[in-house]
Amino acid sequence: MSDLRRSLALHLGLLALLFALQFVLPAYHHGNLARIMVLAGFAMGYNIMFGYTGLLSLGHALFFAAGMYGMGLSVQHLDAAPLPALIAGLLAGALVSAALGLLALRTAGVAFMIVKLMFAQAGYLTVLYFGDWTRGDEGFVIQQAQRVMAGIGLSAPTARYFAALALFALCLAVTLWLVHTPFGRVLIAIRENEERARMLGYDVFAHKLAAVVLSGTMSAAAGAAYGLLFGYVGATFASVQYSIFPLLWVLLGGAGTVIGPFIGTLFMFYLIDLSSGLTTAYMLIAGVALVLLTLFAPQGLAGELRNRLWRGLP
Amino acid sequence: MTLLSTRGLTRHFAGIRAVDGVDFDLPEGEIRALIGPNGAGKTTFVSLLCGRIAPSAGTVAFDGRDISHLPAHRRINLGMAYTFQITSVFARLSVAENVGLAARRRLRGRAKVEAAVAAALARVGLEGRAGALAGDLAYGHQRLLEIAMGIVQAPRLLILDEPTQGLSDSEIAGFKALIRELAQSATILLIEHNMSVVMETAHRVTVLNFGQVLAEGTPEEIHADRAVQAACLGVG
Repeated sequence: MSDLRRSLALHLGLLALLFALQFVLPAYHHGNLARIMVLAGFAMGYNIMFGYTGLLSLGHALFFAAGMYGMGLSVQHLDAAPLPALIAGLLAGALVSAALGLLALRTAGVAFMIVKLMFAQAGYLTVLYFGDWTRGDEGFVIQQAQRVMAGIGLSAPTARYFAALALFALCLAVTLWLVHTPFGRVLIAIRENEERARMLGYDVFAHKLAAVVLSGTMSAAAGAAYGLLFGYVGATFASVQYSIFPLLWVLLGGAGTVIGPFIGTLFMFYLIDLSSGLTTAYMLIAGVALVLLTLFAPQGLAGELRNRLWRGLP
Repeated sequence: MTLLSTRGLTRHFAGIRAVDGVDFDLPEGEIRALIGPNGAGKTTFVSLLCGRIAPSAGTVAFDGRDISHLPAHRRINLGMAYTFQITSVFARLSVAENVGLAARRRLRGRAKVEAAVAAALARVGLEGRAGALAGDLAYGHQRLLEIAMGIVQAPRLLILDEPTQGLSDSEIAGFKALIRELAQSATILLIEHNMSVVMETAHRVTVLNFGQVLAEGTPEEIHADRAVQAACLGVG
């Protein structure tokens, strides 16, 4: 089987499995998986920048929160319906990531990471500062009545699961498409050897900027969907914790693989979920697991799969 | 017609004049060799030409147009191609993808790109290695891959920085033939230490020493020049 067909089989198979799981999972795991799929969209957005373009980045909470607040504030203050609110979230993400890219991409490497983190912290503080509108740390709830899209209440478990699956499938398709386009392959070339890509005549800055905007907009889509599907918008999602999460998910799952961010998100979510059922020191268990994985699978779980079994894994 | 020219091109590094007021003209269709002792400023000079580093003073003109202020990628898009002295291929990508990246800036469409890649690899003798990872190639083959990445861009000016370094004698013989063939369609600027390559391929030779042009002429003239022998060989 050619790489392309294997890749389609793998990713379509995953979507089919997730579709089927909806009918068999108990309510608790059903809800978890909906969350994981949305958060995996966040991680896939991060992966475009970190995994495929090689931009080490901390501060993606800014984009997630831009989408979430773009959606949430337009519902809360403008009485927007879910669809226009989602679009507002996407636009907010695109604008914020374009502005950040234009400023932060003037630096590179560790400096880029620090500058981006500072902007993300500024974003977090902005949410707190405008507490009259955002209700700061406390956040605000999006009522069930405000979450009805095309006659379907997104607060109902089944509808929510399918909405999450749709978003996940879209992010997966965009990433798969991206890595097969000439544009996506230039991003990979920039990750591998930026100077060489430049001396082949590629405008490295423009490509990186486009990657940041695509990455930021995808993460914003996840943020907007998360707020809408789970009915809550709060400043926690703009905090540094939510900048570290996607980095961990992508590292664990396999940076620069299409399926890695999902695997990493699933793994980490259940690692914390299961260990917190055993002990209050659950972060210790999570930490040890992370250390072990970093030692024995430095390319992440999907990265190991690529190294050992299938070199053409996209 | 002059394809490339520089006037007063200068680059200082912390007080050292790596390139010092170079006036240089390269007519279209010529194979020009650039020689000189280590540290003479050859790589710095070609880096100034293609915009990898910015000059301290002076101008570069390409095809009659002042390109001194264009960033590197714009210069490459005007029809320059540059191959690196220290092999700088995409080690974790396949050989074909390396050449494909170089081809796709100019060509659209999978079939066209694949055909161009296959042709470029065949010209340097790497057609059997298309699927290998570039980093797994032997050093000499990585040099050939660099050259294939240059060829596939169909450049008007091909700048080769020590292309035969690390090649075997038989590969060097093949390289000489390849250069003559490429000169049908491109102007070639060649930094080269191997004097047999210079003598057998170049139309003219420019000698750099301490960042300045020491001599310029046909290979025979340069070979007979005592000042060049003193600078390059330490005799005379």
